Amino acid sequence: MSSQPNCENCPVHHKGNLVRLGIDMDKVDYVVALAGNPNTGKSTVFNNLTGLRQHTGNWPGKTVGRAEGAFSFADDNYKIVDLPGTYSLLSTSTDEEVARNFILFGRPDVTVIVADATRLERNLNLVLQILEITDRAILCLNLMDEAKRNHVEIDVRELTRELGIPVIPTSARRRDGMDELVAMIAEVASGKYICKPHRVRNHTPQLKHAIDTLSKKLRETYPGLPNAEWVALRLLEGDQSIIEALQNGILDGLVENETPIAI
Amino acid sequence: MMEQNKTKNTEEILGMANNLKWELGMGIHDKIVSSLYADAAQIARKTVSMDGDKPAFSLDRKIDKIVTSRWSGFPIMFVLLAVVFWVTISGANYPSGLLASLLVDTLHPILKSGADSFMPWWLSGLLIDGAYLAMAWVISVMLPPMAIFFPLFTLLEDLGYLPRVAFNMDSLFRKAGAHGKQALTMSMGFGCNAAGVIAARVIDSPRERLIAIITNNFSLCNGRWPTQILIATIFIGGMVSPFWAGLVSTGAVVGIAVLGIAFSLIVSWGLSRSVLKGEASTFSLELPPYRPPRVLQTLYTSLIDRTLFVLWRAVVFAVPAGMVIWLVSNIHIGGLSLAEHFIDWSNPFAVVFGLNGVILLAYIIAIPANEIVIPTILMLTVLVTGMSGVGEGSGVMFELDSITSTESILRAGGWTLLTGINLMLFSLLHNPCSTTIYTIYKETKSAKWTLIATLLPIVLGFVVCFFTAQLWYLFAWGFEF
Repeated sequence: MSSQPNCENCPVHHKGNLVRLGIDMDKVDYVVALAGNPNTGKSTVFNNLTGLRQHTGNWPGKTVGRAEGAFSFADDNYKIVDLPGTYSLLSTSTDEEVARNFILFGRPDVTVIVADATRLERNLNLVLQILEITDRAILCLNLMDEAKRNHVEIDVRELTRELGIPVIPTSARRRDGMDELVAMIAEVASGKYICKPHRVRNHTPQLKHAIDTLSKKLRETYPGLPNAEWVALRLLEGDQSIIEALQNGILDGLVENETPIAI
Repeated sequence: MMEQNKTKNTEEILGMANNLKWELGMGIHDKIVSSLYADAAQIARKTVSMDGDKPAFSLDRKIDKIVTSRWSGFPIMFVLLAVVFWVTISGANYPSGLLASLLVDTLHPILKSGADSFMPWWLSGLLIDGAYLAMAWVISVMLPPMAIFFPLFTLLEDLGYLPRVAFNMDSLFRKAGAHGKQALTMSMGFGCNAAGVIAARVIDSPRERLIAIITNNFSLCNGRWPTQILIATIFIGGMVSPFWAGLVSTGAVVGIAVLGIAFSLIVSWGLSRSVLKGEASTFSLELPPYRPPRVLQTLYTSLIDRTLFVLWRAVVFAVPAGMVIWLVSNIHIGGLSLAEHFIDWSNPFAVVFGLNGVILLAYIIAIPANEIVIPTILMLTVLVTGMSGVGEGSGVMFELDSITSTESILRAGGWTLLTGINLMLFSLLHNPCSTTIYTIYKETKSAKWTLIATLLPIVLGFVVCFFTAQLWYLFAWGFEF
């Protein structure tokens, strides 16, 4: 019958504390971005978290632009931004630009990457690209019910180890795993869980050398730039929007401890 | 000093990047992508395992082979479309009549006598005979079909069928010089054109997006389904025995819908060969797995998000339109009402197109919302023919308890099978409603393209009606002699 102080420190303790705030975005403590391939259930996750009823449909490309909502959990208010679904952040369609710019310049406190468990390999291409840009990410391994139905099994612990970020298996349509997801968002946002994201290692030695040289130089000029390797890669590719960002000093905004730039 | 340093460093960084780029040679992008894919494949190999003997999604593939096949894809599409309409048409009739008898036959006289006791005649006429009746009619005619149509459509969407439609239509749209995703925006247009115009944002190329926006109006929207269904039931279903009537009128409505798709393709083709020249861009369309629809949730969201939303919009537009109808038929100049003046003046012109002045006036009044075309037509017809014993006198929009009495009014107004067919055609091919026009302007930010999207269908409508009418007169003449 004695109270156990440790309980309050355990994320499970707050499980029932999710308060859906809809579009009430006053006093935001943390910003959460929702990214992922098209048709993986991002909008369903978004609706589950915010209590909003953004229309969901079983076809890719349904969310255009970006939707915003809010929820509150364990006394903190979270703003959540539903980004358009994309297959990559490499080439330049409007959707990819919106998603990439928000993760890069909007500097969300947590990026939740929603992935389709039945098509993990293709989804991982985007996951790895996002992990090059941001340190604080969670993989929401959605559609687990469908994976089960189709005899696909995923070793979640191994995946967590490989990616270096928390992996939460969910079936958003049935609300399975949503409590765990919310608890983990809080952990990562508050900095209790430190991610050690996977960085692409299969680069050719030549490319690796080029990235190292350039990112070293970038770090000299912008100490604390969290994604110098990624910026280096984009410069090597001749990515016009990143070159412009560099010239216009927008990259300054990416350095830690400075206020994020609203887009 | 600091700033100068940064600028200098930036130049240095860019210079360094350029040099390294030269050292690396061509195809950096491909190298980066392939190392990324290699990592992803490695991780997937370590973590994903397939269990059981059956390969994943074998059932999905089997179904896809049938519904996207060259031979059976289109027939299945039309059959599904027809089933949805048939269920809507046959299911909506009874609740519609019930709502009408409640809102119009029972409630209207009570309200009217209540209002008459303390209001001047013109105010109670304007509010009860104009605004209230318009609203009552829109609810009784639109609510039942929408409450059936939207959940059915949402179920198909939830199941994952829409991307298969896009897949089937893709080659047709590409041949027309348009984007394959236009098949998706077109499908959205079957619900509401304004929604379809917004959905065109999924198309990246501005040229193809404009084509999708301009042609979206050729998807029969929800506001026009009731008109199509009613006229098809009266004039086309009425030609055959009652046993076949439902099937034949369903066929006519599907025919008009398919004609709309054909116009969508033809106009896209025309635009991409003339003012919006260019090649169709490629895109990858993922066929999502079939997912068992969540029936209850679908019912709930389609009722709340779609049905009530569209109904509310219709009511908002019907109320002022009802007042306008009451005014034009009750303000008299030289013994004739404004409505009669317009009808008499435009009739000779309208007959050339196989329509009549009543229809033209109804479409002008109904620009805010297509939903109120039919009640306006009925009211104006009664007014012009001076029929007595139906409705409640001049300028009152009324509902008739059965389709037969609607028919008797229209026949008395000089309507023929031709008028019915041309009204269906004109309902498909005319300007978008005001909400859609405003949405087009918001999406394109161009007065020019908004004007084109507004006028193009109406010009087409007159052309098509003209030729239909001329052919008809030719044949009718031939029969007489």
